[in-house]
Amino acid sequence: MKVPMSWLAEAATLRPNATPEGVMAELVKVGLEEEGVHKFDVQGPLVVGEVLEYVAEPQSNGKTIRWCQVRVAAAGKTAADGGADVRGIVCGASNFEVGDKVVVCLPGAVLPGNFVIAARSTYGHVSDGMMASGRELSLNDDHGGILVLQRMGLDPKVGTDALELLSLDDQAAEVNVTPDRGYCFSIRGIAREYSHATNTLFRDPAGHAHPEAVHGYSVTIDDAAPIRGKAGCDRFTVRAVRNVDPSRPTPPWMVSRLKLAGMRSISLIVDITNYVMLELGQPLHAYDLDKLTGGITVRRANPGETLKTLDGQVRKLHVEDLLITDESGAIGLAGVMGGESTEVSDTTRNVLIEAAHFDPITIARSARRHRLPSEASKRFERGVDTAIGAHAIARVVQLLEVHAFGAGDSFGADVNNVVPIQPVALPLDFAEQLVGVAYTEFEIVSTLEAIGCQVKMADGVLEVTPPTWRPDLRHKTDLVEEVARINGYERIGARLPVAPPGRGLTKRQKLRRNALNALVGTSAVEVLNYPFLSTEANRWFVRDADFAVRLANPIQEDAPELRLSLLPGLIEAARRNLSRGLTDLALFEEGSVFIPANKVVKTADLPVGNVRPNEKQLKAVLDTIPEQPKHLAAIFLGDRIDAQVATKAVSYDYSDAIHAARAVVESLGARLTVRQGQHKGFHPGRTAELVVTDQGRIVSIGFAGELDPSLTKAQDLPRRVAAFELNLEKLYSVAPDALQASPIYTFPAATQDLSLLVSQEVVAGELLQLIKQESGELLEDIRLVDDYRGSNIPDGTKSLTFALRFRAADRTLTQVEATAARDNAVAAAKAKYGAELRA
Amino acid sequence: MSHNISISPETIAAAVADAVSAISAASDLASLRASKVSTVGEQSAVSKLNAQLKNLPHDQKASAGALIGQARAQLQQAFSAREAELEALEEAKQLEVESVDVTAAPAPARIGARHPLSLLQDQISDIFIGMGWEIAEGPELESEWFNFDALNFDADHPARAMQDTFFVEPIESHLLLRTHTSPVQVRSLLERELPVYVLCPGRVFRTDELDATHTPVFHQVEGLAVDKGLTMADLRGTLEHFARQMFGPEAKIRLRPSFFPFTEPSAELDVWHPNAKGGARWVEWGGCGMVNPNVLAAAGIDPEEYQGFAFGMGIERTLMFRNGVLDMHDMVEADIRFSRQFGVVL
Repeated sequence: MKVPMSWLAEAATLRPNATPEGVMAELVKVGLEEEGVHKFDVQGPLVVGEVLEYVAEPQSNGKTIRWCQVRVAAAGKTAADGGADVRGIVCGASNFEVGDKVVVCLPGAVLPGNFVIAARSTYGHVSDGMMASGRELSLNDDHGGILVLQRMGLDPKVGTDALELLSLDDQAAEVNVTPDRGYCFSIRGIAREYSHATNTLFRDPAGHAHPEAVHGYSVTIDDAAPIRGKAGCDRFTVRAVRNVDPSRPTPPWMVSRLKLAGMRSISLIVDITNYVMLELGQPLHAYDLDKLTGGITVRRANPGETLKTLDGQVRKLHVEDLLITDESGAIGLAGVMGGESTEVSDTTRNVLIEAAHFDPITIARSARRHRLPSEASKRFERGVDTAIGAHAIARVVQLLEVHAFGAGDSFGADVNNVVPIQPVALPLDFAEQLVGVAYTEFEIVSTLEAIGCQVKMADGVLEVTPPTWRPDLRHKTDLVEEVARINGYERIGARLPVAPPGRGLTKRQKLRRNALNALVGTSAVEVLNYPFLSTEANRWFVRDADFAVRLANPIQEDAPELRLSLLPGLIEAARRNLSRGLTDLALFEEGSVFIPANKVVKTADLPVGNVRPNEKQLKAVLDTIPEQPKHLAAIFLGDRIDAQVATKAVSYDYSDAIHAARAVVESLGARLTVRQGQHKGFHPGRTAELVVTDQGRIVSIGFAGELDPSLTKAQDLPRRVAAFELNLEKLYSVAPDALQASPIYTFPAATQDLSLLVSQEVVAGELLQLIKQESGELLEDIRLVDDYRGSNIPDGTKSLTFALRFRAADRTLTQVEATAARDNAVAAAKAKYGAELRA
Repeated sequence: MSHNISISPETIAAAVADAVSAISAASDLASLRASKVSTVGEQSAVSKLNAQLKNLPHDQKASAGALIGQARAQLQQAFSAREAELEALEEAKQLEVESVDVTAAPAPARIGARHPLSLLQDQISDIFIGMGWEIAEGPELESEWFNFDALNFDADHPARAMQDTFFVEPIESHLLLRTHTSPVQVRSLLERELPVYVLCPGRVFRTDELDATHTPVFHQVEGLAVDKGLTMADLRGTLEHFARQMFGPEAKIRLRPSFFPFTEPSAELDVWHPNAKGGARWVEWGGCGMVNPNVLAAAGIDPEEYQGFAFGMGIERTLMFRNGVLDMHDMVEADIRFSRQFGVVL
């Protein structure tokens, strides 16, 4: 809400020399956050001048300028800039005559856009100032000519300060109004809050004009389809004003206030309805009474009905839309926009003013449905005072009488179906119980009365009837908020509550930290990517993904899906780093992926809020929510080790991905087993399936390897990009709760090297597992140390060398014993893989 | 082998002198060790004299034997001394050879880093864990019921439209990307036994375009306490404690009236940041209030028996003013230089 200072001063008690900043600093105390200051950006000297004479001078460029002599100060007096009383001014406009009073910007004046006025040579004259148009002063959009003050209903003395005359020296304070405070979309509401913030007097602008009884017009409210049991309209007041002169100008102070409040000046009648809406918060509509046919009926739209709104658009109506109709049909979309057929125009003589109270939900839905958020719908959605309508109409009538020379009439109607507000019971001690401040009874009662409540006391319980402009006050906590806010939150003390003994981080939360820190230990850098992907990228790594979760309103049209894998996001992150010259990358991300399965289905209506749903309803809601397992993925490209002193560069490859995955798995207390594998989007021969064995159950937890070179090529990445992706949910499920220790034996070990000749088809990891299994208890450790292929062994074979370490629990082991254990394994390897022992 | 060599003190002394000078002449360990046989070993002059002892008359054997014994000990000692001397010299030479310029040491691996937003969430979690609170989590793709209805956002209330929500197709699925972490509060109240003291950090989504101060995907942390007898004073006390842990012992907080559907009374929260770049000042930090009785009711809790407070703040915003990050782009673009500035600490 933008609040012109001069307007606020009429209803509130401002300090002398109050500034918008000062006003905002007060309002923030009662919950109206400061947004900013608005002003005209015009600096004087701006004075009223009178055109004494002019000569029209045609120019070679086809234009005709007027060389004018303009009086800017009384004869013989010094002008506001210290210069002469009559000035020569070149003017391009031709909408004025000798004797017209105009606004003269004297040298030194500054217009919007930091346009400094100075005496300058132009068209063969020295133009000693400028005559201004409405647009040049940012007063309106009119650039058809200069402002002629007589036509604005003004006839000031020459030399008068035009800034003050046109209220261009006014400023507005803008505050943010929270959705519960509809009444603050008015000078009336803001002034009331200002009085609470400063403990000063509030003068209710509703008192500017007094309602008069109306009768004789037929108005019917006929809502056959109330929403949630509430009629779309519970108050509808209209009153006629006759013989208005629609050609009268809007007074400049009103133009200025409307402009500062963010509204354009359109025509006097419309300006007055807008002005009163801003002043009192009641949206108003003016019909051309002579264009109405018969009485008015307020009803819901019929199927297929249309309405041409005053913006010229034909709107297809929905049966939930609330309409204002006469015998000709729809003449307005209630609370949103009027119809074209009954619009006021420059020929309007008789006006019917409407002030209605509409149901917030009905209006909110219509405004949203027709994408027509308006100043009116904004107020109705947030709740309008049910009792202000007649006052607003009286104020409009008053202004039309003064400025349009119209005459208010008792012809009208006032249909009032407003349900009286029920009192709310507030136990006296409840404010202290909720806020922790020991408010006195006087403080509570006087605060509630100050905001407009009626308060009665019965047995230690206050019976509080909220004012008609506060539909948000429905519960005793709402009343306590008022007490706390008006008395100041700074009165609230500090006490640190003692929570019951906590259990610390959950196992899952601890494991997550371990996993992330383990990756940091392998040199990787954590990133956080958006989960939005294109349909194509979302399928790079996921087979059979014929369905992904899709956004209805994505920010980027080309990334409408929620990710099924973290890797496409990491590829994008890698590309961004590469584009910045950062070529050696190990990036990881932990985050959710979104697996729709068949969950995204139409659900029945949701349970209502404010009541705990039963278990069945709750389950039905939970069942619609897709699975969102946490994944952990990493991508590696470029060099793992830089070329350095005495060091050659080492590139990242599949082994780095496997190692990093192992670091993660081990950081969770599990043991990783690597298997030769395949995965979509990965290199067919350089990919591992990652599994963990949990109590004999083999759980596949992810994959690691190098990306398919065709993908890396298409993405402008280096050919060799390693990556892994783990399903953390599966990994968490196999992480042990308490690892069991093995004893550490200290008798000397016996080591043996074992070289086996096998077909190149044999998978080293499987052979190693077999040796481990068959070597018996004495084997303490086994490592693959060499894979030899080449001369002096047969084609198609390889020689795998393992280093074995044996140790006994209770004695020094002899080489003979170690050899016997090893030979067992050799025999098994021979039987299973045809392995031959090499000498 | 000559029989003419006489064993006399003079000949022994001469043999020793020759051998000692040979030992001393050895310039390195290899030549010293190579000379061992000829200076102190089988081939040495002293050994040769020793071999002739048997030819001496019986009465001279004892004294000559003693002399030779002394000579041998003397030689052994000279050899060992020279050996130690040369070893020391060679070790010194070796140390010199092995010396490197440690300022040019190669790095066998780079240092990794966490993302500061992720670290900050952990850090905040630890503050509350220290107070006995627990950390609660929930899904990012959420039901409209948890995100709005259960939090006292009426379906048609403007507050619902205020939060620019990502909806999922089809709209009738009533699924959305959570606009705040508050649905976790509802889940916590539904699932946990009272009293509840939980902190809910996590990712949230709003349809804002990315610019210097906005991002459609960001992070929040929310706290919720529901217990008997909690008041706004408990809220303030908790926030003050939190602020001091985050911004130093001089930090303080200020509450300003505001509106949120899920709290009543509601407040905006400012923090006095004593170490802010450019000087200590008040900074808008988040929102808070007493849990609206309608929210408690949605979780089946009797608002007449239990009261609670809740608060929430943006992690990005906190990082921006706590650690001097100027542009949101840095936090979302995954540039490794950004995370590396922090490593694993904030």
